[in-house]
Amino acid sequence: MSTTIDYSEKKLKVIGTRPVRPDGVPKVTGLAQYGADFSLPGMLWGKILRSPHAHARIRSIDTSKAQALRGVKAVMTSADLPEQKFEYVGPERLAVNFWHMTRNIMAREKVLYEGHAVAAVAAISTTIADEALRLIEVDYEVLPHVIDVDEAMQPDAPLLFEDMITRGVEPAPNKPSNTSKRVEFKIGDLEAGFAAADEIVEMDFKTAPVHQGYIEPQGCLARFDSDGQAELWSSSQGHFIVRTLTARLLGMKTGDLRVHPAEIGGAFGGKTVVYVEPVAVVLSRKSGHPVKLVISREEVFKATGPTSGASMTVKIGVKKDGKIVAADGLFKYQAGAFPGSPVMNGCMCGFAPYDIPNVRTVGYDVVCNRPKSAAYRAPGSPISAFAVESTVDMVAARIGMDPLQFRLRNIAKPGTPTVWGPKHAHEGFAETIQALLKHPGYTAALGKNQGRGVASGYWFNGGGESSATVHVNEDGTVVVATGSPDIGGSRASMALMAAETLGIDYDKVRPIVADTNSVGYTQGTGGSRVTYATGLAVVNACNKVIGELRARAAMIWDVDADDVIWEDGCARPAGKKAGEFEPLPLKAIAAKRTVTGGPISASASLNAGGQAPGFATEFCDVEVDPETGKVKILRFVAAQDVGRAIHPSYVEGQIQGGVVQGIGWALNEEYIYDRAGRLTNAGFLDYRIPVASDLPMIETVLVEVPNPNHPFGVKGVAEANIVPPMAAIANAINNAIGRRMTELPMSPPKVLAALDSGRGG
Amino acid sequence: MAKHHVTATLNGNVVEFLCETHQTLLEVLRDELRLTGTKEGCGTGDCGACSVTVDARLMCSCLVLGVEAQGKSIQTIEGMAVGTELHPLQRKFLEHAALQCGICTPGVLIAARSLLERNPDPTEEEVRYWLAGNLCRCTGYNKIVEAVLDAAREMRRV
Repeated sequence: MSTTIDYSEKKLKVIGTRPVRPDGVPKVTGLAQYGADFSLPGMLWGKILRSPHAHARIRSIDTSKAQALRGVKAVMTSADLPEQKFEYVGPERLAVNFWHMTRNIMAREKVLYEGHAVAAVAAISTTIADEALRLIEVDYEVLPHVIDVDEAMQPDAPLLFEDMITRGVEPAPNKPSNTSKRVEFKIGDLEAGFAAADEIVEMDFKTAPVHQGYIEPQGCLARFDSDGQAELWSSSQGHFIVRTLTARLLGMKTGDLRVHPAEIGGAFGGKTVVYVEPVAVVLSRKSGHPVKLVISREEVFKATGPTSGASMTVKIGVKKDGKIVAADGLFKYQAGAFPGSPVMNGCMCGFAPYDIPNVRTVGYDVVCNRPKSAAYRAPGSPISAFAVESTVDMVAARIGMDPLQFRLRNIAKPGTPTVWGPKHAHEGFAETIQALLKHPGYTAALGKNQGRGVASGYWFNGGGESSATVHVNEDGTVVVATGSPDIGGSRASMALMAAETLGIDYDKVRPIVADTNSVGYTQGTGGSRVTYATGLAVVNACNKVIGELRARAAMIWDVDADDVIWEDGCARPAGKKAGEFEPLPLKAIAAKRTVTGGPISASASLNAGGQAPGFATEFCDVEVDPETGKVKILRFVAAQDVGRAIHPSYVEGQIQGGVVQGIGWALNEEYIYDRAGRLTNAGFLDYRIPVASDLPMIETVLVEVPNPNHPFGVKGVAEANIVPPMAAIANAINNAIGRRMTELPMSPPKVLAALDSGRGG
Repeated sequence: MAKHHVTATLNGNVVEFLCETHQTLLEVLRDELRLTGTKEGCGTGDCGACSVTVDARLMCSCLVLGVEAQGKSIQTIEGMAVGTELHPLQRKFLEHAALQCGICTPGVLIAARSLLERNPDPTEEEVRYWLAGNLCRCTGYNKIVEAVLDAAREMRRV
C-alpha cells in the first residue's frame, strides 16, 4: 500500500505519472548488458590472486611458473602500477588518498585483509587462469591481526601502518596507532545543557559491518590499444569516476581512456570505487588482448567494501516538558584496511533531525584487518542513527511521552543550526511525523510478544556536477543523453522531466546514459543526487532547446523571437499583437530545421547547489518468538519527504528497498571471522540478506514538500529511508519484550540471550 | 583433456556445444552459447539469478554441469517472450516497476513462471515462499510480489 500527501500547488502533466521505463524491455528479456556481459574478439579472462592471511608482510612474489604456463598471456603485480603520492585529496568528508587506493587495488609491502589482491593473470580460458593463480608463489610473513574496532584502538593492538599518526588531534600524538583521524563538531555549552536536564540517558551501542549486497559482482571488459588509448565497459555508479580513478592509478591521460556505462546490477554505494578496472586495463596492456575480469561472490564479500561497523556512546538530556537540551555522541567507525570510514557523516547526521541547543559529536576513523569500507546508502548516517534514535526512544519513555510526539516537539526547522555550522533551510521533517501520527496502524492494538517502534532519519542528499545533451530528431522525437548511470529507473525520470519541460509525450523522449566521450563530465550516481542535479541539467538543456525552437518559429513567421512563447509543446505568438499564427508543434519545427539553421540540439553542464535534505520517519510492528528469539516484521510503514515524486513507482521502490536493506542490517547481516581473521560467511547462504518470505509488504507514505530550488520540487529519495529501520526495530523489540538491544544484528541468539538475562539464566 | 560434445534443446531449438567436465550449465549458456540473460550472482545456488528450467524443473544453472544438459530441454529468459510478444509476467513486471537494477529479474521471471505453471492462483504468502530462493537487493520484493499476483490474475482470465 502506498499513499501520497501532496503539499505542492504546481499542477503538472506527465510528472507524477507511472509510465513503463524506457529501458525496461531488454531487462525482462535478458538482453540488457551488465558488466559481465560484454565480449570482444580475442578476449582473455582475467583472475585475481588474493591473500589467505588477514595481515602479513609480503617477502616476495614469484610469478615465473604462472608466466610460463601455456595459454597465460599476462601476469601482473603491484609492480605494474605506478607509486602514488601520499596525500588526502578532495573535501574532508570524501577525501581519498591514492597511496592507499593503489595498495587496495593490489597489495605492495603488506596484505591487510584476507582477500587482499596480490597478483592477477590473463589467460585464454578461466580454467588456465585459475591454474596460473595456483602457480604464483607468494612468501608471506604472517603478522598479528585485529578485526574489532575497540580492540584496534587498544594501545597494544597490532598496527596496520607503523607510521600512522592520528590526524585531527592537537598536539599530534607522538606514537602511531590504528586511529587515522579524529573529528569533532560542537555547538552550545554541553555541560550547562546537561546540568539543566531533568533526565539523562546514556548508552553504548555496537553495529556490525554490512555489505551493500548488490547481486551483480564487479565486472568489466578492457581493451588497451598499442597507441596508448583504452576503452572500458564496466558496471559502476559513475563511468566518469571509473575513468578518473583508473587513469590516475595507471598514470594514463584522462583523454586516452573511454569508459562505457554497462547496465548496473545494483550498487548502493559499493560501486563508487574501482577494484577490477585498473587490473583489467593493465592485463590488456601487457597482453595486447582485450581482457574480461569478473569477480566471484566470495571475492565480493572478502575484498569489496562493506560499510563500517561501529562502537558508539550516546548521551541525551531532556527537560520534563519534552525538550532535548543536550546531546553528546562518541562514534568509532571501522574504516577497514585503509582510512576513510563515513564517520564524519555519522557525526553530522546523527542529531541532525533535531533542534538541540547544546550538542557535541566526536568521531574516530579506525583501520583494522578487514576490507576497506565503501559507501553504503546514506553512508555513515544509519550507524549513528541506530545509537541516537534508540536513545531518543529511551528518553521519550523516561518522561512518558509518545515517541512521535517527542520527536515532533524537537524537530529541526528552517533556521535551526546544524552541529556542523550551517542552518537548516528546508521543511519536510514534521510532515513525515504527522503522516505517521495520522496513520491508522500507529494506534492499532498489538498482541502478545508484539511491539511497535518508531525512528527518524536524516540524509544530506546531493547536488554537484552533471551534464545533459538534448537532441531533437528529424521527426520531432527527442534524445536525452546524460552522464548518470541509471540504477533504479532514472532514465524514466529524465524522460518525464524532459517531456514535461518540452510539453511533448513521454514516449517521444528517449533517454540514454552516454559514455564518457559523448556527454559532459558528470559525477557519480550517489548521494541521491541524480534526479535533482542531472534532472536540472536535463531541464536546462530542454529550456535551451525551447529557446532555439522559439527562434526557429520566429524565423518561419518572420517575427521577433521575443514575440514567440513555448506552451504545450508548441511555439505560439505571444499575444495578438505578435501576429496571428497557427501554433507550430515541435515536430513541424524539426521538419523545417534545414532551412532555419540546421540541427536542433543543446547541452547543459552545471554544478548544482540548492539540494534539499531527506527526512524519513518510520514505524514498525514486530513479534518476538520467546522460544527462539527470532524477530518477525509484522508491519512496516515508511513516511519520507520526497519533494516531488517524478515517477512515484520508482520512488516507492527506493523506500521499500532501503527499508528492507535496513531490516537485513537490523536482524541478520554481519561478518563472521575465525580466529585467524578469515571471513567464514562469504556467501549469500550464510551472509543472509532478506528474502521475500521474511517480509511483509512495506507501506510507503510519500510526503511531497517541494524543494523550491528545483523547477519540479525534486528532493533526493534513495537514502533517508535506510536510516531509521535499525532503531525502529530495536525500539519495537523493546516495546514487545522489555529488552533494550544495543548491538546489531539483533539475531535470534542475541535476542534469546536478552530474554534469558531476564529469566534468571 | 578433450571436451564433451553435448546436444540439448534450448528454448525449443536443438543446440550442440562443447564443454569441459567442470563447466556449469551457467558458464556454457553465458560463455559458450553467448546467452548472457542468465546472470551469475553467486555461483553457489544461493541467489537464484541464474534460474533456468531443465525439463520443466526450476534449477540454478550454476549447480548443473554443462554435460548434464545432454538430451534435456532447457528454458532460459531469452525464450520467455514469443517473438515480440512479452510473457504476461514480463509485461506485469514492467507495469508494476518490479525491477530497479534488473539483474535479478531474469531469474525471478523464470522462477515465477515455474510457480504459475504449478499454481495458477497463488496467495501472497505462496509467492513469497516460492521466490525465497531469488534474491533481490533493490526492491524489497513488494512490487515483484504484486506483479506476480497481477500476472496470475490476468493469466487465469485468458
